[in-house]
Amino acid sequence: MKLSFSPEDEKFRADVAAWLAKNLTGEFAKLKFRGGPGDEHSFPEERKHWERKLAEGQWTCVGWPKEYGGRGCSIEQQVIFFEEYARAGAPGRVGHIGEGLAGPTIIAFGNEKQKQKYLPGIVKGTELWCQGYSEPSAGSDLANVKTKARFDSTKQKWLINGQKVWTSLAHESDYVFVVARTDPDSVAHKGLGFFLVKMHQPGVTVRPIEQITGTSEFNEVFFDNAECDTDAIVGEPGDGWKVAMGLLGFERGVSTLGQQMLFQNELDEIIRVAKQNGSAKDPVLRQRLADAHIGLKIMRYNSMRMLSGISSQGNDGSLQKEALIYKLYWATWHRSLGELAMDVLGAEAEICESAPYQLSRLQSMYLFVRSDTIYGGTNEIQKNIIAERGLGMPKEPKVVMK
Amino acid sequence: MEFVFTEEQQMIRETAESFLRDNSTSAAIRKAMATEQGYDADLWRSICNDLCFQSITIPEQHGGMGLGYVELVAVLEQMGRFLLCSPFFSTVCLASNALYVAGTEAQQAEYFAKIINGETGTLLLNNSGKLHADDVNVGYKKSGNDFVLNGSYRYVIDGHTANFFVAAANGENGVGLFVLPADSKGVTRKWLPTIDQTRKQAEVVFNNVTVSSAQCLKLDASSELQKILQLAMIATAAEQMGAAQQILDMTVAYTKERVQFNRPIASFQAVKHQAADMMLKAEVARSAVYYAACVADDTLRCGSLSAELPEAASVAKAWCSDAFFHNASTAMQLHGGVGFTWEYDVHLYFKRAKSSEIFLGNAAYHREHIAQILLDQP
Repeated sequence: MKLSFSPEDEKFRADVAAWLAKNLTGEFAKLKFRGGPGDEHSFPEERKHWERKLAEGQWTCVGWPKEYGGRGCSIEQQVIFFEEYARAGAPGRVGHIGEGLAGPTIIAFGNEKQKQKYLPGIVKGTELWCQGYSEPSAGSDLANVKTKARFDSTKQKWLINGQKVWTSLAHESDYVFVVARTDPDSVAHKGLGFFLVKMHQPGVTVRPIEQITGTSEFNEVFFDNAECDTDAIVGEPGDGWKVAMGLLGFERGVSTLGQQMLFQNELDEIIRVAKQNGSAKDPVLRQRLADAHIGLKIMRYNSMRMLSGISSQGNDGSLQKEALIYKLYWATWHRSLGELAMDVLGAEAEICESAPYQLSRLQSMYLFVRSDTIYGGTNEIQKNIIAERGLGMPKEPKVVMK
Repeated sequence: MEFVFTEEQQMIRETAESFLRDNSTSAAIRKAMATEQGYDADLWRSICNDLCFQSITIPEQHGGMGLGYVELVAVLEQMGRFLLCSPFFSTVCLASNALYVAGTEAQQAEYFAKIINGETGTLLLNNSGKLHADDVNVGYKKSGNDFVLNGSYRYVIDGHTANFFVAAANGENGVGLFVLPADSKGVTRKWLPTIDQTRKQAEVVFNNVTVSSAQCLKLDASSELQKILQLAMIATAAEQMGAAQQILDMTVAYTKERVQFNRPIASFQAVKHQAADMMLKAEVARSAVYYAACVADDTLRCGSLSAELPEAASVAKAWCSDAFFHNASTAMQLHGGVGFTWEYDVHLYFKRAKSSEIFLGNAAYHREHIAQILLDQP
């Protein structure tokens, strides 16, 4: 076991830090520590500029192969990049769905023409993507999608009808990838297709969802005969589930250390408040603050294990045990951190920064983290996955609805 | 960054696993734990002579294997997993570590040779179970070139069977550490029966025990003593992690077999979700222990990570204490009625979970230690 990075990787770290220090200035200075989860509605235009700035420095898609415009960075370097990015307080990436999900899916499952067409815009930071998975009746039961794709032979186009929900950044995006039913008689994960759909067209309507924070990062997206070119389906009709699941495998944890840097910033802020208002002397809060610190420390060690595992075992697509528990662990930890923040703030926790409903960073965090244990697979779904894939326990018998 | 075992470390781990699976069976544990000695002498000899695990961290110039704490932790994980009844922990993780951290060259030469030959040792701390150097209540007085020690120790792991002691005592030069044979004049000792029968405790009383200056490891040794305790915390956490994993595996196997309402109870989400929580506890424990082991390893080689030892030890001991107890108590619940019987092994783990949680500070103690690091500096 070895905990340190190689000299080349440390040089890479210095390069990243230096570039960020030089460029996160001027018009971009106000973006520091903004646009992260819970704050994604902030400064959309400025963050789009920032995306292009990153592309100029070749700091988008650092983990993609060079042939597709990426930097071809190793796992270690990707980790370092995300860590330094968060350390510098660089803003939440508006391009992260294209870079992290759509692009890798197209690289893995798309044809050459699709790669030529869609990848350059992601690399250059000029075309933004959003994700069309969840629907009102397809949340945890993702395979229950009702959105339909019908091929119109006169128009020679796919026509999409239905509704997606919880689509972040939909109002800023140029494309959405949509899982839709190509076989109207099919059920569950059979008969689905994976479509790359233009957002700016008459058949697509975006409606923001107002969350408990009073802000709107998420949207509903309605498809009413939305058109999709014949060559904008990834794989064959019927392959949609395979492609969609493959995509989930691309979240391999390289951004986790960056995410933890954000968590550390939040915990530091809570500790600062605790020292200032005397909560740091309260024996119960001392226990909880220490517990939060311990939890975050081990989260880092867990990521290090996860990432070392990836680079030493090769990419077989199956998640190791430490990766299976990762979402459940961080989401539950973060949700508790929100509660701790309020308890440390005491009476001041209730007082908003200004009318009508302007929340402080910690107040906003406290409310927003309630979504962490729900989106991307609820805690309950995570536990099913852990029990079934990690421990080999049998699935719950299916109940047929009469 | 390579946060995984090397091939050699993996081999040591697998050797320990297969040996203990065959030799630390339920029947073997139960036979050993029912005796006052608490371990099978033949099994201990076999560990020392055939596997040489007791000499893993002993430097090569003293005849040991000269390996590090990561290798030791790989073995301890398996010992915790199979609830090995043995003086290994007291001898290696208390006495040998103490000699390594604070002993003179001559003391190391003498006592490492004894350990390699299968002699056993332990650490005498105090009679309060507290962990600060100020809590050491046995006193020493200088008498010419000698020291005279008086007082009593409790909660001494394997204190009634150990061949030698490393004893802490307070006196005019602060906390001192001394090494002495257990049959030194003025020593009386008594086994203290414990709820957890797999690890024995004793009371040791010193009545005018005289030791020479050659037997003094170090005076003003409070920082060395802390380091010895922190290394022991990491060792305990490693055992806890192995046990937390094993009790999970036992529970999963049982719930897959046990049929109620015409289906294995492992297919009920109410059961699966508790098992998933157990796996999370065990995997996170593993990450905490491996990290702490790397820090301990580096500390023993006088590396740059040694400043992290106090925190890494508390992080590991806090998490693993809670994780093991959580997993053992959940295991008992998920085993239903049979988990409450003496016949099933669940209670052995449940009892070890509590005893190991209390030993060297429970989670609340370690969280407070972390809180001091985190909150009490301006």
